[in-house]
Amino acid sequence: MAMLTRLLKNALLFCRLQPLGALGLLIIVVMASCAVLAEQVTFYNPEAVDFGAMLTGPSAEHPFGTDSFGRDIFTRIVYGARTALTIGFLSSMIGCHIGAAIGIASAYHGGWVDLVLQRFIDIILSFPIVVLALVVVAVMGKTMVLGIDLNLVFAIAIPIIPRSCRVIRAATLSIRTQPYVDAARAGGYSTVYILLRYIAPNVIAPFLVLLTAYIAQAILLEASLSFLGLGVTEPKPAWGLMLAGDSANFYNEAPWMILFPGLAISLSVFAFNLFGDSLRDWFDPKYRN
Amino acid sequence: MALDTRNETIHSMTRRTALLMPALALGSHALAQGAGATDKPQRGGTLSYAVTAEPPTYDLHQTATFAVMHRLSPHYSTLLAYEPGKYPNIIGDLAQSWTISPDLLTYTFKLHPNVKFHDGTTLTAEDVRVSYERLRNPPKGVSSFRQPSFAQIKSIETPDSLTVVFRMVKVDASIMDTFASPWNSIFSAEKLKADPTFPVKNVMGTGPFKFVEHVAGSHWVGERFNDYFKAGKPYLDGFRAITMTPSAMVNAMAGKQIMAEFRGFTPNERDRIVKALGPDAQTHESPWMLHMLMNFNCEKKPFDDPRVRRAVSLAIDRWGGSANLSKVSQLGSIGGLVRPGSKWAASEAEMVQWPGYGRDMAANRAEAKRLLKEAGYENLSFTMINRNQQPYITAGVFIIDQLRQIGVKVEDKQVEIAAWYSAQTSGNFEALLDSFTQFSDDPTNVLVKYISTDRAPDVAIQRAIDRELDSLFDRQAEMVDPVERKKLVRQFENRLLDQAYAIPILWWQRIVVMETRVQGWTMSPTHMIYQDLADIWLK
Repeated sequence: MAMLTRLLKNALLFCRLQPLGALGLLIIVVMASCAVLAEQVTFYNPEAVDFGAMLTGPSAEHPFGTDSFGRDIFTRIVYGARTALTIGFLSSMIGCHIGAAIGIASAYHGGWVDLVLQRFIDIILSFPIVVLALVVVAVMGKTMVLGIDLNLVFAIAIPIIPRSCRVIRAATLSIRTQPYVDAARAGGYSTVYILLRYIAPNVIAPFLVLLTAYIAQAILLEASLSFLGLGVTEPKPAWGLMLAGDSANFYNEAPWMILFPGLAISLSVFAFNLFGDSLRDWFDPKYRN
Repeated sequence: MALDTRNETIHSMTRRTALLMPALALGSHALAQGAGATDKPQRGGTLSYAVTAEPPTYDLHQTATFAVMHRLSPHYSTLLAYEPGKYPNIIGDLAQSWTISPDLLTYTFKLHPNVKFHDGTTLTAEDVRVSYERLRNPPKGVSSFRQPSFAQIKSIETPDSLTVVFRMVKVDASIMDTFASPWNSIFSAEKLKADPTFPVKNVMGTGPFKFVEHVAGSHWVGERFNDYFKAGKPYLDGFRAITMTPSAMVNAMAGKQIMAEFRGFTPNERDRIVKALGPDAQTHESPWMLHMLMNFNCEKKPFDDPRVRRAVSLAIDRWGGSANLSKVSQLGSIGGLVRPGSKWAASEAEMVQWPGYGRDMAANRAEAKRLLKEAGYENLSFTMINRNQQPYITAGVFIIDQLRQIGVKVEDKQVEIAAWYSAQTSGNFEALLDSFTQFSDDPTNVLVKYISTDRAPDVAIQRAIDRELDSLFDRQAEMVDPVERKKLVRQFENRLLDQAYAIPILWWQRIVVMETRVQGWTMSPTHMIYQDLADIWLK
């Protein structure tokens, strides 16, 4: 109970000191709620074709209009949030965790371990993030588990690994030289214990910032891959997919087909970036003091 | 846009008429084919046009894709050809003249003299004989995609260097279309004898253009063959076929980076290009000899059960799909196995008797659910292999929605064309969204898609054996009387649609847009003919 109270106090303080971050968090919470409660928030089946409502503009019946199949765009955006957030969150979690593990191990051991690992990271870093994801998903194809394409998740996670590795490695290098780490080593504690007890907790702050930043990146990457036809495919709703295909053909007659999915992508990336930036400030000791 | 499915008129129109189309009923127009038909051809210039897929081979005998035809046709000649502007009239190409015996069992062709291959050697009757032998009895390592078409040829003789005689086993009502097929290109006998697979990676024919280069993923270049046997042709100095995606193609046309694309655009793409090009655009429209169909793998569950196959067919609202999808895609008319509007097509009264073609969708869906329940597949789900391009994607969305309404879940697995072909040939599919096009309305050419798989494994991929269908196919192939032949075609359709080994979905509509300076090209219901570019000139 006391912990909950402290958490609430911190949250309120965060909102007061970081209003933009609070706004970002609010948008994220609303998006996530809509994604979870999609069936309750929407009135149509996202895949149901309605020939009588093809290319209809925004109205009371269809707040965001309909597409070339008569499908409700608001419904597809809400269900698309599920796809975006699930894939974005999973990819970022996997990529940041693996990257952090490699970064911590690499920095702590140093020597030839650090040398070899970082050269391997250099190779992956030399590929632009979109190109690498594109190649991976094109080669690996699809593996559907519970409606999620795991290969797509890994394709987006892989480019995140080296980037998070570098940041966490830098943070670890500064912590590794601290006296309490030396003391723990001298005290005979195992490497794993030292890493988990002393190193990892002290890199949580940059790790959390990375996590939120890369959720935004992952959402953008998923939208890009779906737009190119390599991610989610029709008739499943996905923001990037909604921008591809017929949307480009009907941009004159039905601009809402592009406008609302584009806004959804922009808003989600903006929200995560805002929140991530605020988290970085929040964890900065100079700022806290 | 409402196309009269019974009207074979081919429409060519200027920008003004194209922009008025949403307000006008198309079927009332029957303009002259090809703008500027009375202008005198001018020599010179290079035609640039787009092709939206890479060629999997250079060998016209072994493939059926436009990606090959639109690049290779300018380099080769055939024995006969369809007369430009008067399809389906047949004229000579390499054949200067021909006679047909009264019993229709002997076809004698006299070839043009002094026809040169691009390497300077002279074409003789032996080249025609060897090419056709390759088509009807392909050697090891070579496949003949349309091999059943040649089943009735008993022998091919060459009494002299300019005469070819085809003797038939029995009457084949479609043999003249076979001789006019754009796929039956004539190769050099000398090259084939040295290497039967020579055409797969080499281009050397007698066509109006010589091969220059192919850069995979980029372009294909041909230049005028000055020793072409048709005096005065070709008019162009050369051509450049540029590989690009469909969306890039629209932008390239609108930006005048290419002059034409010969396969087809959607109605909306046409409007965008016409709007961008203004008076520099010309459009040509026609019903298309190309239809979307769903193949079932009849060797595997659940589609080894005809009740399941028929249920899927019953669930699809073809009339609603046709009326609405034609506004946003290349999908258009409703038809059976033969092109709607052709002389072999069924009437609407005949069509509505077929399973899946009735207008009462409530009754259709109820019957579909009943059949699935009876077959023990109330919660049926399956994977449909599909191509990852339009209008296959549109068709996939439509079909999934239609089947959802009877409780069937479909996963639309969209793949690249190579993987799609691989699934066909390996049989590694439950259902596969397919398209079938031919160069001729002749029923033998069209119905071959639906005969038993062991008779046409490259084409009839549904892995079904039905000797009754095969018998009807063989009988119509021999039947010269068009009235009787049409009856047999109808019986074939009735049988096929009842068994539903494969089911037609919708026929496509062909919309070709090009710059007005491109003259001499002829529109037709098929994108496989009139692609040798010999008659094209630039204004």
